[in-house]
Amino acid sequence: MSFDSPKEPAIELVGIDKKFGTVHANKNINLTVAKGSIHGIIGENGAGKSTLMSILYGFYQADHGEIRISGKPMTIRDSQAAIAAGIGMVHQHFMLVENFTVLENVMLGAEGGQLLAKGVASARKELKRLEDDYGLEVDPDAVIEELPVGSQQRVEILKALYRGADILILDEPTGVLTPPEADHLFKVLRVLRDQGKTIILITHKLREIMAITDTVSVMRRGEMVATRKTAETTVEELAELMVGRRVLLRVEKGAAHPGGVLMSVRNLTVKDSRGVTMVDDVSFDVRAGEIVGIAGVAGNGQSELLEAIAGIRKPSSGEIFIDGKPVAGVDPAGLRDLGLAHIPEDRHHMGLVLKFEEYENSILGYHRDPRYGRGPFLDLDAMRKDAEEKIGKYDIRPPNPRLRTANFSGGNQQKIVVAREIERDPKMLLIGQPTRGVDIGAIEFIHKRIIEMRDAGKAVLLVSVELDEIRSLSDRILVMFAGRIVGEKSGEAGEQTLGLMMAGIAA
Amino acid sequence: MTTASVPLPAWINYGLIPLLNLILAFFFSGLVVWAIGESPFEALQLLLIGALGRGEGIGFTLFYTTSFIFTGLSVAVAIHAGLFNIGSEGQAYLGGLGAALVALAMDHYVPWYVTMPFAVIGAALFGAACAAIPAWLQAKRGSHIVITTIMFNFIVSSLMNYMLVRVLIVPGKMAPETRTFLPGGQLPKLDWLIAMFGGKLGAAPLNFSFLIALIMCFLVWVLIWRTKLGYEMRTLGISPTAASYAGIRYSKIVMITMLISGGLAGMMALNPVMGASARLQIEFVGGAGFVGIAVSLMGRNHPAGIILAALLFGILYQGGAELSFDMPSITRDMIVVIQGMVILFAGALEYMLRPAIVRFYQQLTGK
Ligand SMILES: Nc1ncnc2c1ncn2[C@@H]1O[C@H](COP(=O)(O)OP(=O)(O)OP(=O)(O)O)[C@@H](O)[C@H]1O
Ligand SMILES: [Mg+2]
Repeated sequence: MSFDSPKEPAIELVGIDKKFGTVHANKNINLTVAKGSIHGIIGENGAGKSTLMSILYGFYQADHGEIRISGKPMTIRDSQAAIAAGIGMVHQHFMLVENFTVLENVMLGAEGGQLLAKGVASARKELKRLEDDYGLEVDPDAVIEELPVGSQQRVEILKALYRGADILILDEPTGVLTPPEADHLFKVLRVLRDQGKTIILITHKLREIMAITDTVSVMRRGEMVATRKTAETTVEELAELMVGRRVLLRVEKGAAHPGGVLMSVRNLTVKDSRGVTMVDDVSFDVRAGEIVGIAGVAGNGQSELLEAIAGIRKPSSGEIFIDGKPVAGVDPAGLRDLGLAHIPEDRHHMGLVLKFEEYENSILGYHRDPRYGRGPFLDLDAMRKDAEEKIGKYDIRPPNPRLRTANFSGGNQQKIVVAREIERDPKMLLIGQPTRGVDIGAIEFIHKRIIEMRDAGKAVLLVSVELDEIRSLSDRILVMFAGRIVGEKSGEAGEQTLGLMMAGIAA
Repeated sequence: MTTASVPLPAWINYGLIPLLNLILAFFFSGLVVWAIGESPFEALQLLLIGALGRGEGIGFTLFYTTSFIFTGLSVAVAIHAGLFNIGSEGQAYLGGLGAALVALAMDHYVPWYVTMPFAVIGAALFGAACAAIPAWLQAKRGSHIVITTIMFNFIVSSLMNYMLVRVLIVPGKMAPETRTFLPGGQLPKLDWLIAMFGGKLGAAPLNFSFLIALIMCFLVWVLIWRTKLGYEMRTLGISPTAASYAGIRYSKIVMITMLISGGLAGMMALNPVMGASARLQIEFVGGAGFVGIAVSLMGRNHPAGIILAALLFGILYQGGAELSFDMPSITRDMIVVIQGMVILFAGALEYMLRPAIVRFYQQLTGK
């Protein structure tokens, strides 16, 4: 579907087609992006967005089709060729050397000459210029691992600009950012656009699409189904185009009927590996049949709290009770036996083994269960059958338990984890960032499951940096700031109030 | 990431690429042979005939193969749990003590097939014992297993010197070795196996432990891919954070894995000690533990691959020995160079050709 624009196109994709085995990831895609515009791409999990961008960036080769950059047909064999064609990509998982400085990372692979000193001096000047031109302030001498995620992402953008990128691809850049960091990113993107750069932005957050893009294209099941001017469309229309049906953008839930206390935390203190106190003397209860949400800006101890309750991290003091039993020091396997399920925040490192096939991941943590094999043995048939059931029920695509988990799209990976933990029918559920990178249809689905869990009398503890998600799901909200719980509000609390508490300003 | 993610059919991945790597290795080895003034073709011919030409040659080749299968499995099991066991050499050496003690104790009283299971257990136990301390240090103290297993190679070597020179030596004899085991402490030769193919085993030491090695291959396959323990080992090996999430205890898996790995290395001793020389001799392992690292690497840590890689190294060992005998200008050291080439091309540089092959494959299939 072409879209007429007064400006000349920066990118034209013509008839792009790509298959992975039996999965038809991109079907005859046509896309035109005008120079100096911000173009959004949205679509369900597994719709083929990342694949399309990977083809543009030379990670994959299209089976058919043509790529034109500024009107010129190009073959992009690898990322070097993409960089030479002026295309830069900001990866969702940053490709930075953690213990190098910002400057060193930006220069890496573009040092210029055998002697470092000269290159360093000119790189420093160039970096300074880029930072000034585009409002991308980061300290060139800061070490990456000490920077917050938002700044690390700016380094990724600087890296691309340093290599002369005129076209910038961002694949779900805001998934890991806090709201202020996301606002900052958008400011930068606007400046970049106004200076003539072309930007492609993939996101699942329609609000972001409305806020920042000029045009938006919708993908569904490998096809490009629509392109709209952002000013002429609405969130509802986009949602419907994406999923092919009307979507509930707000969760419907009845009143909670809390029962007895199932999980309680008393004076819990957790330190990280460097001895810094991350959770500071925290106490709260979660009752059967209620969802308690923990709101807070990322990095204020929510992750450590969740990991401590899940038995992954040892608390340095305090008590955790499950069903009245003290469980501090019980390992995750023991806690699972007590009926505690855990959807971890970081699915790539914790919730999944990406190199495993899907069905192997669908038993992770429950692999000792006799239903997956007698005695010391695994029953592969039972595992696969079980995986197939979950795939059907959670609409995981493609429906292939033998596919390597890394080859599922991000949202479908999340569904694998959610399916595994919820289908165990646990008594208590710990949930971290349940819908990170998940499309709106799947968000609706996952939210419904969580509320069903509550209505079935489970105790649910939810951690999310998405304030909307916390507000729409939680019956009670605890706000965490600097490792402490600074206040409790009902689920109806206003965004403003919570925002101030999260910033540590009001209690 | 450019071509690494492109899937290739199995016959290219596991057939064509290793074959091309091997051809490259032989090509460069041929250059070396040519440089010292010998004919590479003649050398290759002598090597292959020496290793596979006669029943006796095949017997020697499979004898070496047996040792390499054990040590290759030992390394592979550890790698699946993310542990790099460089101590197979020392574990095999100490395993020899276990096997020898059993043989010395039982050979007067019972036939070999009664001794054998005890010897297998003895060798495995001693090998596992040798791995136990590095494993414990890794599991509980975080001392790196690569360092500690190397150190144990030296410790075991000194210990065995002491044992053979002071304790087990036959009184009045010069050689630091035990007495010769009676038939009740020996593993029978596999004449019938070679005879099945119409050859004669002759003096070659191929023995029953070859069959034990094949059984171990099967058991290791079951362990890694069909048991819950293997699942836990693989989870830990790929993602320690996912393992801790899943409640898989790091120290437990490290201990168990290293004990199994050490046990497999220990069993290697059955082959030379009870199969070939019928006595415990000094330095009988002769580097087989280190070859196991290359075998595991080449065999992609899979038992089927390990059998093939072990066979390849068996051919190089036996054929190389024959070659240096027939071509005196090719010394033992030259053979080591050739083996090094194989390790370099088939192991370390195994992905060197892949991008080019991917491109070629894509052009062929029109993608
Ligand atoms: N290397 C691969 N091998 C096999 N299948 C793949 C591979 N990469 C992607 N796929 C499949 O192609 C389809 C499109 O995936 P893609 O990652 O492009 O989706 P996406 O639109 O980015 O989804 P998400 O919003 O969840 O990130 C999915 O079904 C995915 O499983
Ligand atoms: Mg994607």
